[in-house]
Amino acid sequence: MDPVLLVVSIMVSATPILLAAIGELVTEKAGVLNLGVEGMMITGAVMGFAIAVTTGSPTLGFLGAAVASAVLSLSFGILTQYLLSNQVATGLGLTLVGLGLSALIGSNYEGQRAPSLPKLDIPLLGDIPVAGRMLFSHDFVVYLSLALVVAVWAFLKFTRAGLILRAVGEDHESAHALGYKVVRVRMAAIAFGGACAGLGGAYVSLVRVPQWTEGMTAGAGWIALAIVVFASWRPLGVLIGAYLFGGVTVIQLNLQAAGTTVPVELLSMSPYLITIIVLVIISARGSHGAPGSLGRPFHAAS
Amino acid sequence: MIRLERRPQPSRLWTGLTPILAVVLTMIVGGIMFAALGKPPLEAIRTIFWDPLFHPQFAGYSRPQLLVKAGPLILIAIGLSIGFRAGIWNIGAEGQYIMGAVTGAAVGLAFYPSDSVLLFPLMVVAGALGGWLWGMIPAVLKTKFGTNEILVSLMLVYVAENILASASSGWLRNPEGQGFPGSRNFKQWPAVFNDELVANTGMHWGVLVAFVAVIGAYVLMARHIQGFNVRLTGEAPRAARFSGVSPARIVFLCLGISGALAGMAGLFEVTGPAGQISIDFGSGYGFTAIIVAFLGRLNPFGILAAGLLMALTYIGGELAQLMLGLPGASIQLFQGMLLFFLLATDVFTNYRVRFARKEVA
Repeated sequence: MDPVLLVVSIMVSATPILLAAIGELVTEKAGVLNLGVEGMMITGAVMGFAIAVTTGSPTLGFLGAAVASAVLSLSFGILTQYLLSNQVATGLGLTLVGLGLSALIGSNYEGQRAPSLPKLDIPLLGDIPVAGRMLFSHDFVVYLSLALVVAVWAFLKFTRAGLILRAVGEDHESAHALGYKVVRVRMAAIAFGGACAGLGGAYVSLVRVPQWTEGMTAGAGWIALAIVVFASWRPLGVLIGAYLFGGVTVIQLNLQAAGTTVPVELLSMSPYLITIIVLVIISARGSHGAPGSLGRPFHAAS
Repeated sequence: MIRLERRPQPSRLWTGLTPILAVVLTMIVGGIMFAALGKPPLEAIRTIFWDPLFHPQFAGYSRPQLLVKAGPLILIAIGLSIGFRAGIWNIGAEGQYIMGAVTGAAVGLAFYPSDSVLLFPLMVVAGALGGWLWGMIPAVLKTKFGTNEILVSLMLVYVAENILASASSGWLRNPEGQGFPGSRNFKQWPAVFNDELVANTGMHWGVLVAFVAVIGAYVLMARHIQGFNVRLTGEAPRAARFSGVSPARIVFLCLGISGALAGMAGLFEVTGPAGQISIDFGSGYGFTAIIVAFLGRLNPFGILAAGLLMALTYIGGELAQLMLGLPGASIQLFQGMLLFFLLATDVFTNYRVRFARKEVA
């Protein structure tokens, strides 16, 4: 198989998960466990598709998907941050709502084709023989996802706001005592996570497939959650995890297409099995740097 | 200025009231949604909640369906609720349900065409065992390596779906089915067909077992030391450890029970209402049961009521699809909203709402 094509397809299949995972990383760094990634992704997928088909502009589709999923994620935020509901249950609820909502909206769009997203050929770099086509001729969302990883890394490591966000996630009582607005920081982190998941979902329906079918994210949101654990809450780890997973998916699909003797079902389940195995290996190593207040509700007594 | 004040103990009044409030809120927002879809809102609500039981023409068909749909939901939700009480989040019941059906059906089909009366009980045991084993995977990984059971149990749903696909198109395919996917039809095999026990009630063995599970779960949680340990682990994990409750045992107990019950639900479904192993056997009961467990306040009798209500929305949703052309997905959204509103209104159960003027510091 053509190595250029292989790398390109790995990048395409990794991008949705990378986007969703980097968003969830920020949310979790702020101490919020949002299990609704799958619901936000599928909402982004359907909204992005619907907007892109209606307006003819994939860029507007991505924008709309990010906004729609961010709004949806704020419903999770209001429930968990202001009404102090259980984060696990609310996240599951968000996934169920998102799946229902997307199926409802998407029923009018089935069978249509999305307008294609133009490739962004970077001058000079794109002209380098093999590596140019491999790395420097993708659509803008691929670059955006990579830029986001760097931006999140720099934000968490070097900025004051990033430090506050980490403080809120590490120990919300202390952060509150220091006068930081725990709930506001968390709402912002949740919205960012939602927007990223929406972008990821839209990438599935606008670039990877590019069509709308019900339940098309097929667990990508859950895999994004697993990748955050795999990454030990580090942006670079998320990048590695998403690309590894993208690699497994592409190889698995290529094997299916090549018609090996391995049963198709075994190949299709392999990404999920590998995710489990990786999770086990990571958790067996012990301490893995989860934020101290992850998943715990915060209620200021005064 | 609105302030929330934590109650020393959850309000019993609100515990009972919030599900009703959530249903009413869902009806209102759902009605608005139906209106936005261009459907008459009141008629849609009536079609979903009233007509399945009392419509002169359709009720005869849809009333028995109530138990058929509620049976698996209740059985799965009862198992899940025990884990949720202990803070063990098994969200892969759908996978355990599928594996129970596949294992039980495989054991049964191995003896085809036996007409022994022992075969059906054997299949039930095999189904429970299949679900139990599928639930044991996250349990073992959690206790041995500390792996997150939420993600593992969920990933295993996708694995189970692929096993189901390979069973229905491969190793369990009906040899007399002209090559079509799908196993032999259990409805044509009287020895193992899980038929209605009383005609036109929808009551089959699975529903009966679900009722027994409700009582069993009540006894376990309210009267048995293990049930107490489960609750203690959920409410005060440190206290539980100090009093000698082994966290690992609780994990095994909770995931084991929920896996076995979900597996049994799958077996009763495949030998009864579904009739055969087919590629679309997984119907989402495992996920809807999560809503049922919460809506029933993780209380066995509450789950009984919630399961019946959720079954009603399934049947009513189908009816509304037929009569009003309501999209099938809207009922899924309806169920999701129900959980959302329940979690939102639950703030009243755990907190007192105080209206106070902002004090001067």
